[in-house]
Amino acid sequence: MVTDTESMTPDTEPRTETSGGSTGDRPLLEVTDLVKHFPVKSSGVIRRVIGQVQAVDGISFTVDRGESLGLVGESGCGKTTTGRVLTKLYEPTSGSMVFDGTDLSPLSAKQMLPFRKDVQMIFQDPYTSLNPRHTVGSIVGTPLRVHDVVPKNKTLARVQELLELVGLNPEHYNRYPNEFSGGQRQRIGIARALALKPKLMVADEPVSALDVSIQAQVINLLQDLQKEFDIAFLFIAHDLSVVRHFCPRVAVMYLGKIVEVGDRESIYKNAHHPYTQALLSAIPDVKQAQVGGRRERIRLEGDVPSPINPPSGCRFRTRCWKAQDICAEQEPPLLQIGGPGGHFAACHFAEPYDSAIHDAAKAQAAADEEARRKAESAPEPAD
Amino acid sequence: MLTEPSTDPTAKEWTSDEPFLVVDDLTVKFPTADGLVQAVTGLSYQVELGKTLGIVGESGSGKSVSSMAVVGLHDPKRTRMTGSIRVGGTEVIGLSENKMRRLRGNDAAMIFQDALAALHPFYRVGSQIAEAYLSHHPSATKREAHQKAVSMLDRVGIPQPDQRVRDFPHQFSGGMRQRAMIAMALVNDPKLLFADEPTTALDVTVQAQILDLLQELQRDFGSAIVFITHDLGVIAEMADDVLVMYAGRAVEYGTCKEILTRPRMPYTWGLLESIPEVESDPTQRLLPIPGTPPSLLLPPSGCPFHPRCRFTGEVPGDLCERELPELEPATGDRAEHLKRCHLRNPAETLDRATALAAGEG
Repeated sequence: MVTDTESMTPDTEPRTETSGGSTGDRPLLEVTDLVKHFPVKSSGVIRRVIGQVQAVDGISFTVDRGESLGLVGESGCGKTTTGRVLTKLYEPTSGSMVFDGTDLSPLSAKQMLPFRKDVQMIFQDPYTSLNPRHTVGSIVGTPLRVHDVVPKNKTLARVQELLELVGLNPEHYNRYPNEFSGGQRQRIGIARALALKPKLMVADEPVSALDVSIQAQVINLLQDLQKEFDIAFLFIAHDLSVVRHFCPRVAVMYLGKIVEVGDRESIYKNAHHPYTQALLSAIPDVKQAQVGGRRERIRLEGDVPSPINPPSGCRFRTRCWKAQDICAEQEPPLLQIGGPGGHFAACHFAEPYDSAIHDAAKAQAAADEEARRKAESAPEPAD
Repeated sequence: MLTEPSTDPTAKEWTSDEPFLVVDDLTVKFPTADGLVQAVTGLSYQVELGKTLGIVGESGSGKSVSSMAVVGLHDPKRTRMTGSIRVGGTEVIGLSENKMRRLRGNDAAMIFQDALAALHPFYRVGSQIAEAYLSHHPSATKREAHQKAVSMLDRVGIPQPDQRVRDFPHQFSGGMRQRAMIAMALVNDPKLLFADEPTTALDVTVQAQILDLLQELQRDFGSAIVFITHDLGVIAEMADDVLVMYAGRAVEYGTCKEILTRPRMPYTWGLLESIPEVESDPTQRLLPIPGTPPSLLLPPSGCPFHPRCRFTGEVPGDLCERELPELEPATGDRAEHLKRCHLRNPAETLDRATALAAGEG
């Protein structure tokens, strides 16, 4: 198996996605080598630091004005941490986040204040992200008050305008969150995020807590708002179909790293990283009802390893059917595949999915399993 | 525990012509401080051994309540239940708690969405599985039960089961906990398994593993599965039959292929239209179902879906608001596709709407 990445000498300075990016305008947000580690402390009085949870470990990406970048991955891959570092809810361990020409990462809370207007967040759980003891008017009006963007006597009018914008009855400003359904609460959260006319919206699983029939309403609302106010989105979700629908560009994360990033067409049709291929093949598809039975899919064994002690080299190698020695020794850089215009993948053996290779690996695994079962085939106690 | 002579309420070998699970005109109501919650109304369905029924619905549609009724998990003091539920020929409604306990686990078992909440955090995983075995096999020794727990954990694909059997639930990952719960539910070889959103809290790759496991176990044990979920993609891959519930009622019922490829009820159609697909045109706008699910304290008159339905205009008069449609065959008198809708020709109306929606994009 010879691939073009194999023949290349390993880059000491891996090309980031930005280097091959667009010309002209700088992107709205340029994240470079962003790292967030959480210390793990020992129990007892002294509480020594005994390890680091490497939640986000050197990721780079860009978001253009008015563009949506989707961030997908399984739980524990660091996608939520990334969103929270961008809004400075967490301090980054290292790396830079240049927003509109200013690096946000070293800024203090005070220095951050003017930028908070521009970067807002929508949370996953509409039940815990709204203060139950505040009225909707107070919830949506708070950002207006804090940033002093409208005179006091105009606040109510602006709040009502925002409520109408997200499809709620403006007369309901004096109600409390418990009087609203899940979908309506999520709209309140969106109105709050929208209040300051942000340039970038970090939406962390904005629809996954909602009923299926409500999800489409909220997705359409977000798309309308994006078009109307030219807002850029970092759309964090685990539902690959929703991300594909919302985001023209998609980044796939695994254990704190971006493993593949690029245009949605390219990623979904022509994924080169085995993890992306496995993720895509695992989506249950309604269309399957026509054929019946289960779709042929890539079976990943085991669980995501612990981010405290991630595997050496490529972090996906412990579950990968292509893993070779090089995968344990060298971390694969994020390289552009298929010439200019192609997307970026971080794999030593990046190539389109080939069922033959996978079948061979699967057959081997099945044979191993069979042998194991035979070895242990003690008669089962009958009941 | 009282041990009655061996008049086992249900025979382990089920040979009758009747499907293993028959739910007939089930109604479940809960009196609350705010009034009577009509959680399930007039629900009928059946599942044969070796088959999977998928129940689809939103939160509050009654899908979980109806399943919990079968396994007898409702407090009889706070629940009003009428109708009939027969598991392997035994009538469940009105069954004494003693007999219910024997049926539960032995003939019908349930796995839940939140495995962390369903497993006891204080007890080792193995002893929880062994307890479930012992309570239905009073003559078994602790040692046998322990062995059984190990072999069940092995069966559901937990690596090193003889060691992991001593772990506590928090030492398991999400997918492993779900496997452990499946092991616990299956330890007594039940013929009927209720899976209530068993994969909703899991990642897609782990979800695929669990779905594989369930299908494999079904093949091996020939059990009937009732699979409750709101994910139509999962239903498409798992179910033989599909029951769509809305506001406590069945609104569409039939074979999986029929329901998901030729929906004949605007709610099912709306659900299918509102989800983005992996291969659809991403620039096309989604077509959401307007409004919100109704309150079960005061369900809408007539067809419960009418306040959110796009097609009420096509039904003459105010029939939708006045009269509850019957659950009737969608075409001719074929029983493999039942729908509850007043639309004269739903096939034509819904297909036209689908084409229109596709054209807008």
